[in-house]
Amino acid sequence: MRAEKVDKIATTVVLALAGLTGLAVVSFLVYLLVVGLPNVSWHFLFSPAESFKSGGGIRDQLFNSLYLVVLTMLVSVPLALCAAIYLSEYAPQNRLTALLRLAIEVLSSLPSVVIGLFGYLVFVLQFGLDFSLLAGALALTILNLPLLTRSCEDALRQVPALQRQAGLGLGMSKWRVTTKIVLPAALSGIITGAILSAGRIFGEAAALIYTAGQSAPAISYTDWNPFSPTSFLNPLRPAETLAVHIWKVNSEGLVPDARAVSNGSAAVLIITILAFNLLARLVGSLIKRRLAK
Amino acid sequence: MRRILLGIVLAAFVGSLGAGWVAAKHHPAQEKVTIVGSTALQPLTEAVAAQYRHNHPSTNITVQGGGSGTGLSQVQAGAVNIGSADIFASQQDGIAAGKLRDNIVAVSGITPIVNPRLGVKNLTLAQLRQIFTGEVTNWRQVGGPDLPITVINRASGSGTRVAFEQAVLKKGTHAVRAQEQDSNGTVKEIVANTPGAVSYISFAYLNQTVRPLKLNGVAPTAANVTTNRWPIWSYEHLYTQAHPSRATSQFIKFMQTGKVQGSLVKDANYVSIHEMKVTKSPTGQVSERK
Amino acid sequence: MDELKKQLTTASAESRQEWRGKLISYLAIVIIGGLVATILLFLTSKGLALFTKDGYSLGTFLTSSNWQPSHHFYGALPMIVTSFAVTLLAGIVALPLALVSAVAITEMLPKRANQWIQPVIELLVGVPSVVYGYVGLTVIVPRLGQLFGGTGFGILAATCVLFLMVLPTMTSMTIDNLRRVPKEYRLASAGLGATRWQTISRVVIPSAKGGILTAMIFGMARAFGEALAVQMVIGNAAVMPDGLMSSAATLTSVLTTGIGNTVMGTTSNNALWSLALILLLMSLAFNLLLRLAARKGEH
Repeated sequence: MRAEKVDKIATTVVLALAGLTGLAVVSFLVYLLVVGLPNVSWHFLFSPAESFKSGGGIRDQLFNSLYLVVLTMLVSVPLALCAAIYLSEYAPQNRLTALLRLAIEVLSSLPSVVIGLFGYLVFVLQFGLDFSLLAGALALTILNLPLLTRSCEDALRQVPALQRQAGLGLGMSKWRVTTKIVLPAALSGIITGAILSAGRIFGEAAALIYTAGQSAPAISYTDWNPFSPTSFLNPLRPAETLAVHIWKVNSEGLVPDARAVSNGSAAVLIITILAFNLLARLVGSLIKRRLAK
Repeated sequence: MRRILLGIVLAAFVGSLGAGWVAAKHHPAQEKVTIVGSTALQPLTEAVAAQYRHNHPSTNITVQGGGSGTGLSQVQAGAVNIGSADIFASQQDGIAAGKLRDNIVAVSGITPIVNPRLGVKNLTLAQLRQIFTGEVTNWRQVGGPDLPITVINRASGSGTRVAFEQAVLKKGTHAVRAQEQDSNGTVKEIVANTPGAVSYISFAYLNQTVRPLKLNGVAPTAANVTTNRWPIWSYEHLYTQAHPSRATSQFIKFMQTGKVQGSLVKDANYVSIHEMKVTKSPTGQVSERK
Repeated sequence: MDELKKQLTTASAESRQEWRGKLISYLAIVIIGGLVATILLFLTSKGLALFTKDGYSLGTFLTSSNWQPSHHFYGALPMIVTSFAVTLLAGIVALPLALVSAVAITEMLPKRANQWIQPVIELLVGVPSVVYGYVGLTVIVPRLGQLFGGTGFGILAATCVLFLMVLPTMTSMTIDNLRRVPKEYRLASAGLGATRWQTISRVVIPSAKGGILTAMIFGMARAFGEALAVQMVIGNAAVMPDGLMSSAATLTSVLTTGIGNTVMGTTSNNALWSLALILLLMSLAFNLLLRLAARKGEH
């Protein structure tokens, strides 16, 4: 009965090691929340950051992060969706398609700092966008495209071929079949993928320090004109995001409460990402239920 | 029906955007000044800009980091109005310093720092030099406890490092190759946590967690910087092109006024330019101020 | 008659729509393809400027260990070595733990536990790298300093941070691959009288080998390209590392620190772009490895 003994020992060892790993990882999360949450208050969330006094908040950084995600999504979702439609509906099985797939894969393996530098070179300097939300959003789009394209393509491919044939049999064009039949059926997968990728770019920093910039100039939340330089909606203003703020406060910060600010910011980041994940699940199941009706 | 509604909403959206654009364009009062560069100087410039905006709501000032090198190359290229730097433009590779106008807006004292528990309070300039060139590697050799010295240098090319090496190292000697940190904050954190560490930071970043060292018995104070009795200090510059815009020069003048120098500049632990009794040339020559 | 001819020969609304839709989706894919080409082209030309424009020798760049931009020495070897060292170390530590955790989750723990574990892993995959770096800076570095003396900054600290960072990604990918092993394999193995461990070690893991390899390479590629988290804890000394506790610098950390302190177009700036090019080439190499691993998994 050696095999059974080995089985018992192996099971114990595996479970113990996995348990230890799990413990380490969970204590990491718990540590972040325990240390961070006491610093999070309404005041912290809704007051601007301080330059050298303590007691600053993260209002502008938090808004910048969210706004940047929205801008990035505005650019990347249509692009990724159309590309995914091409790949799943139109792409012929040939060398060119294989090359395109390779290109997307290459894009997904680029380190974010390299994308940030490319953005700095092209968007910030070449296009003259300066350090701005728009330059940051474009850099994040590059970062976001490959994963988003893949998740959209997967969602489209999961729609049964029978549904497409039914549409085509009615004399609908392929494009009509795609937009009227396939897309609605794949919607839950697409939205889930989009929200998850939004969570990923929400915490990105390396691609942003030289594109969206490292400063958060005073902005006015009453100025709704996106062309006015002080407006919170202006996409051409420099914007420090929450993740960049954590990095910045720890390296060049003059504020005496740098530790408290970064602990609080880290907790806010984690909670927001948790919210993104939960939202993705919720939306996914909601749409599925509606379609099932 | 839905199409029409959608069209109306879209038209309204585009229309309001267009109106906004026109409104922003026809707002001649809005003058834009963009400052890019030194991350160390950024907090001070931001604070001054905020105060300036209070009196001149028509001027819009954006302050951005990015590093002294970025600031200088951007202002040289004409991409921004002001490039802030903590080194002279002539000390930076690839910058035609003659084409830029130098505006000194503050003086920054730099002090060597050690861990408070080390017990060393004073060094001679020669000892400091030996530590940073690697000739001395244990605190025992300079009258401290038996503890190896951990040198933490600043990123090469950073203004603080250039100023420090100019004042402390002899010409032609290289600093020992050691850990390099980019920023004042991280350096302070490391020294506060490592018993044998030594580094240097701007006065602005000093606090209780680290101990500044005296040099030849001279304390690192603003008063000693003004007379060069404390030899390690540097200028904070705002570089502009030869003919800056009106708003740009007005902002710089504002930052140089006695009021700002006496309040915000001092609050941020920089030294006022009006109190300086000496001047320093880009090559490090110090002379009496006329 | 003419009317009918016209109707029959001109494109119908349906096919015009088709044409328009095709155009849109072609356009999107062309944009993406063009983007990738531009990135590769730009970074390559920038990265080669050090050798073509400034005439610096490629050999010296790759083999010299003297990196002092202020004195015009550009030897990238220390950064290349350090980047590989931290990546490999983190990968070597993370792989067995990721595998063990994945095995425990898919094969041993009850299905109900999954309800809790899955969201936690998803959350961990999404935790921004800056946060990992920050925890490294405030928790790991001081502990290492107390344990081993010195500042605590260095290769070991970077390894710990990267390990924490890639573990969730590796685990979740491994879980996916183990799940993909058909249930029949397990049943057949059990039917032959194999114990659970025998099934796992002789059937499940071998048949998921390719996928596990992919997960490992993917995680290491992520570690290799990580910038800020590493820059915060590694100490940034551009010297050849001589131990786990010695401060060092990776390709990415030198890039983040240096770009702002140099002026576009100067030799020191071009040298940094050359580092970025190495990073790019390495990520392409990782990509190639991934394809090889995936192909191996198919056979």
